Amino acid sequence: MLATSRNFTAAAQAGLANDNLQRALGLARTGFPLRRRLAVERLPEFEALREAGRAIKDHTLQYLDFYIEFYESQVVASGGKVHWARTPAEACAAVLQICRSVGAKIVTKGKSMVAEEIGLNDFLEANGITPVETDLGEYIIQLRHEPPSHIIAPAIHLVKEQVAETFRAEHRSLDAGRPLIEPRQMCDEARAMLRPRFLAADVGITGANFLVAETGSSIVVTNEGNGDLTQVLPRVHIVVTSIEKVVPTFEDAATLLRLLARSATGQEFSTYTTISTGPRREADLDGPEEYHVVLLDNGRSGMIGTDFQDMLRCIRCSACMSHCPVYAAVGGHAYGWVYPGPMGAVLTPGLIGIEEAGHLPNASTFCGRCESVCPVKIPLPKMMRHWREREHAKKLSPTVYRKGLSVWAWVARRPALYHALAGTAARALGWAGQGHGRFRALPLAAGWTTVRDMPSPEGRSFHSLWAQYKKRGSAR
Amino acid sequence: MHVALFVTCLVDLFRPTVGFAAIKLLEQAGCRVEVPRGQTCCGQPAYNSGDQANAKAIALQVFDAFAGYDSVVAPSGSCAGMLRVHYPELFANDPENLPRAQELAERSWELISFLTDVCCVEGVAAHWERRVTYHDACSGLRELGIKRQPRQLLASVSGLSLDEAPGAEVCCGFGGTFCIKYPEISDKMVTDKAADIVATDADAVLAGDLGCLLNIAGKLCRQGQQIEARHVAEVLAGMTAEVAPIGAPR
Ligand code: SF4
Repeated sequence: MLATSRNFTAAAQAGLANDNLQRALGLARTGFPLRRRLAVERLPEFEALREAGRAIKDHTLQYLDFYIEFYESQVVASGGKVHWARTPAEACAAVLQICRSVGAKIVTKGKSMVAEEIGLNDFLEANGITPVETDLGEYIIQLRHEPPSHIIAPAIHLVKEQVAETFRAEHRSLDAGRPLIEPRQMCDEARAMLRPRFLAADVGITGANFLVAETGSSIVVTNEGNGDLTQVLPRVHIVVTSIEKVVPTFEDAATLLRLLARSATGQEFSTYTTISTGPRREADLDGPEEYHVVLLDNGRSGMIGTDFQDMLRCIRCSACMSHCPVYAAVGGHAYGWVYPGPMGAVLTPGLIGIEEAGHLPNASTFCGRCESVCPVKIPLPKMMRHWREREHAKKLSPTVYRKGLSVWAWVARRPALYHALAGTAARALGWAGQGHGRFRALPLAAGWTTVRDMPSPEGRSFHSLWAQYKKRGSAR
Repeated sequence: MHVALFVTCLVDLFRPTVGFAAIKLLEQAGCRVEVPRGQTCCGQPAYNSGDQANAKAIALQVFDAFAGYDSVVAPSGSCAGMLRVHYPELFANDPENLPRAQELAERSWELISFLTDVCCVEGVAAHWERRVTYHDACSGLRELGIKRQPRQLLASVSGLSLDEAPGAEVCCGFGGTFCIKYPEISDKMVTDKAADIVATDADAVLAGDLGCLLNIAGKLCRQGQQIEARHVAEVLAGMTAEVAPIGAPR
């Protein structure tokens, strides 16, 4: 997918000015956090589970080379095939080659963020193959030619009236008299369109939430069951996923699944948890004839051993973005690439470079809500700060900002001078602001005063008053 | 107990009364308070801008200025969090200075948590006839676990009642340099915060961090709301008569 993260500021402003988006985000802002909180309250050992989840992922990342190769050997042993892809281009090529080998025309797809990452839909279309998204949200945004705006609720930026409009515009067979008001009606409409395509597809592509090394299995969770139909009906099943999804055992996957559903949607468990191990065996009633796994790196292995390794613990639950006040203000598209919100602010610079994605780790107040809900305890603010350190070292931050900072720091390292200047500033601003108690505009502080008043200082700095108190025994 | 007050740069410049309120509360709790002259700022602007060199230089200055006191107390969760949580992270790969950072971290506190958790203060003798709502500033809440402490002390203020806002734990959009770098996003966040406060029956909003308070008060003033904003220490110290609310005419 082409990144537009450089345009974060403009895209954020557009998001703030978009009424439909703001309406949609307003609904989402309270929904997910409330459901997560209730689910967590029902599970007293949730904190212990988070610790266990973190430990599983840390252990796996420490021995990732071993587990990933063991995983491959088990996939092969169960009759499947693993295709290693260093780059998005290699991953796309691998998928295309498999599709061509079976003469595929239509490909159904379950939701896969890695497929978004490699820009698979556009690539397949350019090569004469029709990809059909089967997750309802993904299906809607595919019709609208939009990227997802959330990693588990890709169409969360839309209100239902927009979805109805899209269906009326795109579904030619849709009877104009048919009501599309309730979500259920729209769901039925999408279902009617999708059923025949499930049956017509030659290849089904899904992502994976976890890859289990001990058996070479892939696990996908959905709430719509589309993952099952995508991988069971076509002749060929391709799992498009990335290397850090591997865990050692089913037991480990079970622990993470318990964390995943609660953190994502507040469910105890997702409605469908689908486990695939190799192609159909002789006694199986259904299942694909071929089972392939396209395993993407795309910069992830380069994060191992760096300040950013912990990011690879991410299980893509989306709790961080669902709880992020910045995400809630601007929506997911502002982030300009596949992964929005706090996890995107850390992961995106790691995968496409801090030069492109520099805004993302800066557009945070470090409020820490993301870290406090992350099921695998990823220190997201800390890692955003590490990106800022990289930026600062490479002199990528704006020059005026760096200059201002260094002047301030130079003064802050000289207490006597600092106190003299603070005392003068407090007096001057206090005097100028005494009438109203605040400023509606201040030179050099337009960023502040365009949107809010600047309260005026009391008029004396604390340290000058304290010095006076020490001398005379009275502060005022 | 011999306590050094970490005034914080915002209190120093904008609202010295908070510093005096902190001293009064600490003295009431039986502490001997000093204000080391060698202090300026905790270095967060540099630290959060990725400028480790300046952040470390300022931190070393803080180590020197606050050496030898039993405790270091700041009327801000953000600055106290810097001392308690972030200095040890800043020096994590510096074996020479890490022990100093850890030693300072162990004896550094946010004011209200110090009063309740260390000095075991259970109430204050203040009076304030107001219905208030409390904004949980992010660093205090999530880095230092400050939630119950201010509410416990506020419950002892006669005349005062608390009306909780549903979004009390949601960031106000200040975020230090964030509010200057991304003013539109910050505006949206503080507008939501103001709406959340206005929707309560409170006639005052209190918090433990001046950064958030300047932001929230600035927004409430711009909107023409009649809700006063104050640092919680002013209320607990019974010093509300000595200074106008934040952003109000003197
Ligand atoms: S960073 Fe944590 S909270 Fe965010 S998606 Fe990943 S696992 Fe979930």
